[in-house]
Amino acid sequence: MKVPWHTSISIDWSDWMYSDKLIEEFRNPKNMGKMENPDGVGKVGNPTCGDVMYLYIKVNDDRIVDIKFETFGCAAAIGTSSIITEMAKGLTLDEASKITKQDVADEVDGLPPIKMHCSVLAADALKLAIEDYRKKKGKKSDMKS
Amino acid sequence: MNVYMDHASTTPVDPRVVEKMMPYFMEKYGNPSSSLYEIGREARKAVEESRVKVASAINAAPGEIIFTSGGTEGDNLAIKGTALLDKDKKHIIISSIEHFSVLSTCDWLKKQGFEVTKVPVDRYGVVDLSELENAIRKDTALISVMHANNEIGTIEPIEEIGRIASDNGIIFHTNACQTAGRVPIDVRKMDIDLMTLSSHKIYGPKGAGAIFVRKGTRLEPLFHGGGHERKLRSGTENVPGIVGFGEALDLACREMRKEGERLTRLRDRLIRGILKIERSWLNGHPEKRLPNNAHFCFKFIEGESMILELDFNGISGGTGSACSSPTLEPSHVLSAIGLPKEDVHGSLRLTLGKQNTKEEVDYVIEVLPKIIERLRNISPFKEDFGEYESALAHEHKH
Ligand SMILES: Cc1ncc(COP(=O)(O)O)c(C=O)c1O
Ligand code: FES
Repeated sequence: MKVPWHTSISIDWSDWMYSDKLIEEFRNPKNMGKMENPDGVGKVGNPTCGDVMYLYIKVNDDRIVDIKFETFGCAAAIGTSSIITEMAKGLTLDEASKITKQDVADEVDGLPPIKMHCSVLAADALKLAIEDYRKKKGKKSDMKS
Repeated sequence: MNVYMDHASTTPVDPRVVEKMMPYFMEKYGNPSSSLYEIGREARKAVEESRVKVASAINAAPGEIIFTSGGTEGDNLAIKGTALLDKDKKHIIISSIEHFSVLSTCDWLKKQGFEVTKVPVDRYGVVDLSELENAIRKDTALISVMHANNEIGTIEPIEEIGRIASDNGIIFHTNACQTAGRVPIDVRKMDIDLMTLSSHKIYGPKGAGAIFVRKGTRLEPLFHGGGHERKLRSGTENVPGIVGFGEALDLACREMRKEGERLTRLRDRLIRGILKIERSWLNGHPEKRLPNNAHFCFKFIEGESMILELDFNGISGGTGSACSSPTLEPSHVLSAIGLPKEDVHGSLRLTLGKQNTKEEVDYVIEVLPKIIERLRNISPFKEDFGEYESALAHEHKH
């Protein structure tokens, strides 16, 4: 458990600095760019700081087979966007929609407290993309029946 | 290449300044108040010599200089010290682009029952003088407008504001942390009653500075104690800091003209080079600006990621983006000149200084376009902010 800063006897650099892992994701983001004809799209913004993330998924047999992102935001937003695409790729929709902001933050070896809200963006965009896919699919099967 | 271009934030101490300070740590360590014996007198002499240097840099008398711990303390002392003096005057006028050391002080005064009017600025950041005049009331205790803005570098019409204040019998304070030693200051000509100076912006040590208090202007002190600095600022003087500050300001004033011209040339070269980037523009006033300040916006990218990328390339700069601020609020200065927060996101401040060279400027001009291109590739927005607002409206449900 994290001790409050004023009782801590060691310096917790993660209060000020990004982890090497996050910097690596920010510098070399995976799955970056727009996707043509996605099966689902999640577009979310962060009303606090004004950042926006678009997340695109391709689904086959209830599994995320391809995933891409575009992000207008800070290094934490870009880094966590990249990492969530790697985490979600190949998962079933149910598995993917269980990814939380904490999972995302843990995957990049933690985030400074003030940057935790950036990982919310990634988790929300993924959920929204899955919702979008299910809505569209629902409509299609409605039309069939 | 390592390129420091954040001199509005702080500067390295000039070696000549360090040299002047050195004796006051281990040899001449006396307390200036203990002037009955030699090392005490030495310290007193050093403080008073520094006071003369500071005074002559701004056309003041030595008795009008009060040493402080820097800009923040100076602004607090000038504003609270004036406000708390007269029980009947409960109104303060400031501009909407003041430094936090003025803004937060005024926020605190509001809680003590004061009213604060923030005068708007135009799109270049110049204070609206007719709005300023309209804001004046019978119970206005103080007008405080900064000499030049620390973010966008705009130089305010201080002389006119000084005249308006003195015509109305109101105390006028200006925060000159960014201008002292960079542009000429004459407190008499500019009708200034109170002025804040800071040492570490002009190649002096951190934690030192002064306020100018015009003869006859009264202040309530913030620090009570042994009655140092004409009872306005008790506490044993920071002798090495004061010596360093005086020397730094003196050097800056003597080299102002030459260095100012050199910096202006470098700045204009930087601006010309950077503005070749598509969808970029210059913030602040095209002419009435600090010789070392260049401030840009780039569409569709965010400033914190830009600063990090610049850092990977050895370049230090600043941004007003909400993501880089501890409160996650966009810069109040950039908002005040009318920029929406998505444009504030893409802001970059580069402030030049003594060590910067033409080669360094050219290096930044070479590196920055690649960074902008990379970040724009990551951004969902390429041509316009299309669905920006609707995406923001998707607030998280947890
Ligand atoms: C315009 C302005 N005012 C005040 C300050 C505060 O000065 P100091 O750091 O000496 O407290 C600064 C610098 O941070 C500044 O740029
Ligand atoms: S998303 Fe804005 S601070 Fe990271």
